[in-house]
Amino acid sequence: MSSNAVLPASIDDTLNLLLQHDYVAERTLATTVFLSLRLQRPLFLEGEPGTGKTEIAKTLARMLGRPLIRLQCYEGLDLAAAAYEWNYPRQMMEIRLADTSGAGREALGRDLFSERFLIRRALLQAISPDQPLPPVLLIDELDRADEPFEAFLLEVLSDFQITIPELGVVKAPEPPIVVLTSNRTREIHDAVKRRCLYHWVDFPDAAREAQILAQRVPGAPERLAAEIVAFVQRLRAVELYKLPGIAETIEWTRALMALDAVVLDPQTVNTTLGVLLKYQDDIAKVQGGEVARLLQQMRDGAQAT
Amino acid sequence: MHRLAENVMHFGRVLRQAGVPVGTDRIQLALQALQVAGLESRVDFRAALAACLLDRHEHRAMFDQAFDLYWRDPDLAGRMMQMLLPQVRANNANAPPPPPENRRLGEAFSANAPPRPPQPEPPEEVQVEATLTFSERELLQRADFDTMSPDEWLQAKRALRRMKPLFEPVATRRTRPAARPGRADWRATLQAMARQGGDLLQPRWRAPRARPAPLVVLADISGSMSRYSRMLLHFTHTLARADVRVESFVFGTRLTRTTHLLRQRDPDLAVAQVVRAVQDWSGGTRISACLHQFNQQWARRTLSGRATVLLVTDGLEHGHTEALRFEMERLHKSCRRLVWLNPLLRWQGFEPKAAGIRTMLPHVDRFVPAHNLDSLEQLTRLLADDTPAGRH
Repeated sequence: MSSNAVLPASIDDTLNLLLQHDYVAERTLATTVFLSLRLQRPLFLEGEPGTGKTEIAKTLARMLGRPLIRLQCYEGLDLAAAAYEWNYPRQMMEIRLADTSGAGREALGRDLFSERFLIRRALLQAISPDQPLPPVLLIDELDRADEPFEAFLLEVLSDFQITIPELGVVKAPEPPIVVLTSNRTREIHDAVKRRCLYHWVDFPDAAREAQILAQRVPGAPERLAAEIVAFVQRLRAVELYKLPGIAETIEWTRALMALDAVVLDPQTVNTTLGVLLKYQDDIAKVQGGEVARLLQQMRDGAQAT
Repeated sequence: MHRLAENVMHFGRVLRQAGVPVGTDRIQLALQALQVAGLESRVDFRAALAACLLDRHEHRAMFDQAFDLYWRDPDLAGRMMQMLLPQVRANNANAPPPPPENRRLGEAFSANAPPRPPQPEPPEEVQVEATLTFSERELLQRADFDTMSPDEWLQAKRALRRMKPLFEPVATRRTRPAARPGRADWRATLQAMARQGGDLLQPRWRAPRARPAPLVVLADISGSMSRYSRMLLHFTHTLARADVRVESFVFGTRLTRTTHLLRQRDPDLAVAQVVRAVQDWSGGTRISACLHQFNQQWARRTLSGRATVLLVTDGLEHGHTEALRFEMERLHKSCRRLVWLNPLLRWQGFEPKAAGIRTMLPHVDRFVPAHNLDSLEQLTRLLADDTPAGRH
């Protein structure tokens, strides 16, 4: 297979390639990514929001030099918005033209549902045979779409084909690289999961989070970055409604840099908590005493090591 | 290779017996994966198996335990490279001892243990007249679940089974063909036009499709509630068979999800399964702690802002009213409508004096009784035509 040549050769290779493209992956994630590329199976990523699930698809596209096609799921997503739609105004015009020019009605009926009038949406684009390289297809936040949509996905995910009643079956000559993500606001049907390789994306440990920060916010002062990571790691142990993700850590670092902070002090943390926490209840719980306690704990921990 | 294949297959069987659904297709996939993954280390080996055999985060802990027990050879990677792994038989004498940390896993490993005799169902000897007279039915409708005779109990269950719940449909973002002008259905219009050879016809229309809002049942199974909750579980089973998504949970000292247990077709078996699965049946109750657990773990996955929540409890919680208020408020905010079913309401002149009840009351949309068939029938009517009360 022609494009296999550019796929990573081993798990280590996958890990390095991801790193070169600014994605600090856990080894288990790299293993799953590697397997999904080699076995041509869709990759199903579940986990808390802000742990880098969507980022993986973007990184894969950059890393492999493939176009990225993104399907953002929402409630009520249907075939017309996800796969294809007929170009009705143009069809209508064609009918009127045929009326005035007196062209054959039979011919018109045959022609009206041909490729000429087809509008390709994300899924159809992804399996379209006329592209130089199979793209990376990101089906983002599948848990937001409703169940009927999942049933439709089954054909796409297992056979990489879409049946258009008026035209026939469109099949990808070579399967696209598919990444599905879910924040688990509801369970995804087993039938979808069965066609994929599964990986739960967890919050990173301190070392990996520090590495991610260094990659994503290169200008951050070293001491500040270390304190940020230590603080966020401890914050995730507090029982909160919504734990801060990596995206929040990065945002917070940028915010603190904009405020010219060099170290974390209670006041700065308290005033910028809104960048990390997105629920008023959570902020109220942490603000003040808890922040002071976490900072103290962090300092004690730093001295102990 | 076949040694490894056999071992992976056996490992899959161990997982399956421990309750992780692993199909043959997944085992095949795992073998393919191991061929390309290179098997350089135990970590990679574990990750490859996990990616192929798991599809749910909840099963991860079970997988890890099973993996550690099954592939316990410290020099695993090196030996696998030579494909000389001795075949581990699940039922030979050297089988690893059942791990103390997990009973299910322990049972899965000791496959040679004598199978448990199936529990004989007590034969139903009670002869029930299929048709009740009017006054008998009337009495049954009003009889309190707590004081029903076994005979009445059986008939009540039968009545529940016959109940046809209706649900108030809520508009969704999906559409269906409609007769009246709304959103134009260009696809259907054009198809009709093409069939007619281009004559401009009446346009076709679509309208939003309506679907019943999902339902979440949270039932208290502590001592004071267990008999009501048992009947409520029968009721939930009836609801689950209607065209609506039902998630059910029971709680006493802790919260247990019972949705999958109630999928069993036979209502008696289903309810028996729930009772068996729950360890704190008829025990104490910790309402706020259980609501907290629900809010943290399940609210976002089951409510999605549209669901109706049926909370079944007598609300007799002692202490911690502040925590209870907080959790009730959170629950109320994240669902479409919160209905509290309280069997205490059967007493004429019931007054919410207990601290727990007073704390909970401001955060519910409806406060209704649930102690006899009559009240449950009223509840189905409430579900069918009530609109969210007091919400903006």
